[in-house]
Amino acid sequence: MSGILNSSIGRKFAMALSALFLMIFLLQHFAINILSVFSPDAFNEVSHFMGTFWAVQYLLQPVLIFGVIFHFVMGFVLEIKNNRARQISYAKNNGSANSSWMSRNMIWSGLAILAFIVLHFIDFWIPEINTKYIVGDMSGMHNGEYRYFHELVEKFHSPIRVGAYVIAFVFLALHLLHGFNSAFQSVGANNKYTKGLVGFSKVYAIGIPLGFIFIALFHHLTGH
Amino acid sequence: MNLTLKIWRQKNASDKGSMVDYKVSDISPDMSFLEMLDVLNEQLVNNNESPVAFDHDCREGICGMCSLYINGEAHGPDRGVTTCQLHMRMFKDGDTITIEPFRATAFPVVKDLIVDRSSFDRVQHAGGFISVNTSGNTIDANAIPVNKHDADDAFSAATCIGCGACVASCKNSSAMLFVGAKVSQFALLPQGKVEATDRVLNMVKQMDEEGFGNCTNTGACEVECPKGISLENIARMNREYLKASLKG
Repeated sequence: MSGILNSSIGRKFAMALSALFLMIFLLQHFAINILSVFSPDAFNEVSHFMGTFWAVQYLLQPVLIFGVIFHFVMGFVLEIKNNRARQISYAKNNGSANSSWMSRNMIWSGLAILAFIVLHFIDFWIPEINTKYIVGDMSGMHNGEYRYFHELVEKFHSPIRVGAYVIAFVFLALHLLHGFNSAFQSVGANNKYTKGLVGFSKVYAIGIPLGFIFIALFHHLTGH
Repeated sequence: MNLTLKIWRQKNASDKGSMVDYKVSDISPDMSFLEMLDVLNEQLVNNNESPVAFDHDCREGICGMCSLYINGEAHGPDRGVTTCQLHMRMFKDGDTITIEPFRATAFPVVKDLIVDRSSFDRVQHAGGFISVNTSGNTIDANAIPVNKHDADDAFSAATCIGCGACVASCKNSSAMLFVGAKVSQFALLPQGKVEATDRVLNMVKQMDEEGFGNCTNTGACEVECPKGISLENIARMNREYLKASLKG
């Protein structure tokens, strides 16, 4: 088992595992965010639970941050190694004849998502950490009611921010359209279920980002 | 057919190389691509110019010797064929055809369109075999029952001719389809299971040392493979490798 990350297959396996973990996280994130459309109270309750429950804060959150950093760092490592494997490019290369645009541009869709995560952290995560752990206010309250829903709606007032989020989610969809299946192939799962998985992956890859876009546009357009 | 050819010319391994334009005329659509290059070379020799060096051997699609990156695709625009099986009818009169060597750090150019694919041989030497006692008491392979499905999959994997189109087509120059096929053809059969752990660990180690890239599952290799080797072989190799790594 030693040195498995030093092998090409080991690195791909680790990349796939971190991707599968992030895709589960994304589903959970979406499930909570969509509550903000149907029930602000439920959204506040769940947000407060996620923001204050010790296991989420001190166990899952560090694992998630590690997963995100690992996925990006490993993505860059693989990109550098892969570029070294062909130092002279073709004068003419017809990549679209044999592979999808998404599969050939994972590094670019990944970089767009990285830029979005930086924006997202500045928007939500850093103020949240500041309020809870620097200021020391764990109550989740503001003016006598939960602050989470109001903070969310306030962020989506700006059309520029909403635009940036929509663009980022389009890149996320492009990334997932290749990444979802690719993760299963990397862990060795290519069998009779693959065809069904391909269909499900398309639903996930388009449905989840579309859902996030819907949430951002809903709050922007309705103002609540 | 009258054609313009843009061909990579490189005197030797250390030469910088460049694309050179040539014209060929009266090419029959029934010619193979290599026969068209033969016509060009005759023309060059008659003009006291150096002929274009390119790999070829059986010219019937089974030796894996011919290579060439034609108009941006390994073995050209047709599917399920090697360059020697590619017919000129795939092109139109007046076309400009770009012809380059397979590009990969692990496939250095020797001359013009010829690349050194001995890295594949070294990967094979690292474990692409089974050890059989040939002292006179060799057991007939047919005496060992093999599941029909496994036998078919092993045979499909064994049809890999090691041409290197997978590496040439992959944006990462990954050799995983080749190595996956070689690992699979043995891993699926009882005779191959004895050395399965060492085989996959050693072949993958050698593959990495040769400087091939990492597979990112674009699937270009499968599309361009003249023998239709499936991506399932890469998934099987990944499973074999993880199993072997856990065994130590």
